[in-house]
Amino acid sequence: MKKTPLYEVHKALGAKMIPFAGFEMPVMYSSIIEEHMAVRERAGLFDVSHMGEIFVSGPDSVDFLQWVTSNEVEKMKVGRARYNAFPTEKGTVVDDLLVYRMEENHYMLVVNAANIDKDFQWLVEHARDFDVKLENLSAEYFQLALQGPRAQEILQPLVNIDLSGIKYYRFKMVEILGEEVVLSRTGYTGEDGFEIYGPSHQARKFWDAIMELGREHGMLPAGLGARDTLRLEAGMNLYGNDMDETTTLLEADLEWIVKWEKDFLGKEALVKQKEEGLRRKLVGFEMVDRGIPRHGYKVYVDGKEYGVVASGGYAPYIKKNIGNVYLPMEKTAEGEEFEIEIRGKLHRARVVPRPFYRRKK
Amino acid sequence: MIPDELYYTESHEWVRVEGERATVGISDFAQRELQDIVYVELPEVGKRVKKGDVLCSIDSVKSSAEVYAPLSGEIVEVNEALNDQPELINKDPYGEGWLVVIKIEDPGEISSLLPASKYKEIVEE
Repeated sequence: MKKTPLYEVHKALGAKMIPFAGFEMPVMYSSIIEEHMAVRERAGLFDVSHMGEIFVSGPDSVDFLQWVTSNEVEKMKVGRARYNAFPTEKGTVVDDLLVYRMEENHYMLVVNAANIDKDFQWLVEHARDFDVKLENLSAEYFQLALQGPRAQEILQPLVNIDLSGIKYYRFKMVEILGEEVVLSRTGYTGEDGFEIYGPSHQARKFWDAIMELGREHGMLPAGLGARDTLRLEAGMNLYGNDMDETTTLLEADLEWIVKWEKDFLGKEALVKQKEEGLRRKLVGFEMVDRGIPRHGYKVYVDGKEYGVVASGGYAPYIKKNIGNVYLPMEKTAEGEEFEIEIRGKLHRARVVPRPFYRRKK
Repeated sequence: MIPDELYYTESHEWVRVEGERATVGISDFAQRELQDIVYVELPEVGKRVKKGDVLCSIDSVKSSAEVYAPLSGEIVEVNEALNDQPELINKDPYGEGWLVVIKIEDPGEISSLLPASKYKEIVEE
């Protein structure tokens, strides 16, 4: 089992540890609900060093990334980050990721921990005709996510530049605590916040400094449990639950990261699917009856079994039982009802728009 | 926290026996393991259960657990307050967080329950 550089810190904080994507990760420190609410109302600090960092450089970087991803890369300016995906030839999803344009021909790809090796292999296989260099530096980097409305205030004393100058989905190389790090205004919680990528062996120094600064703001360390409830409430897909290599980008409600104007691997299949029309699609739902829906629970449409719940659970901020589910296209309109089997009994649920929660600007 | 006056089971239920009434809940250890309880599916009053049957289920944010009947009998009361405040189990597992009252059918079964000292050994392992 792999450990992040902050493993000992989590143990000392009394975190409950679980195996996740080959890493031993903190699922919670005090309570998932408290950590969730801290992020919505104040701030939370997450160790997400398990995430992968793959670097792409060389003269064909742009052409290569344009080919292997579905969203636009070429027109990104240096200093921008963008949500993107690697499609298969069938238009299904190898992984979702963030692309950072570090320099004209230098990109950082931040990928899911469970998919690091698969993604790297995938990129190597598809890079044969391109003059690019691929480096998997996942183990060299820590990643911290400081999320919540107080994030900027907490972090500002550590940075020489005015943080309000880093807009949403932009980043800067900055010096923090004597180290050059990537600082981006990004996150997976639906709140304002920052993510920091720096050298693994320095992770402790960053964690301690932010924990210290966050104390007076009511910031809490937050685990993977809250990360999952926060992203679900904010209407974000989770790879492996909400999409994978059996679901296309269109079915997974990710057409917004499909750039039809460019050529890319899997485009042909997606164009065809769009022309023929989708048969199913991922939508959000909330429970009408009591009961908590969870990943893998059976779904019934018009009394007939139809797949399983993709993501589900209790959403602490909106205090509702919610989830994501694939439904036949004709049943995806808001207000459509279907049923979920919870412990042998059918419970009614209803399609609602995503996100379930949207922060006030 | 394991009160001396209660009986326990290996599956972490506690039982308070008063005459023919047995009040049942889950132990402090169990509520800590579950954390953040957000939903309790209570049985109906009048239902008969056998020792070892599923009595009710408890959902926390991350997981779902079943509670087993520590004794056989008829369910004569359920803690309706848990419908709106399932977190009472986290706050006060041996008090306001009780689950049901069973009318004991076979007092002989009481001897199969664990005294506090035995349960303490199990939890400390």
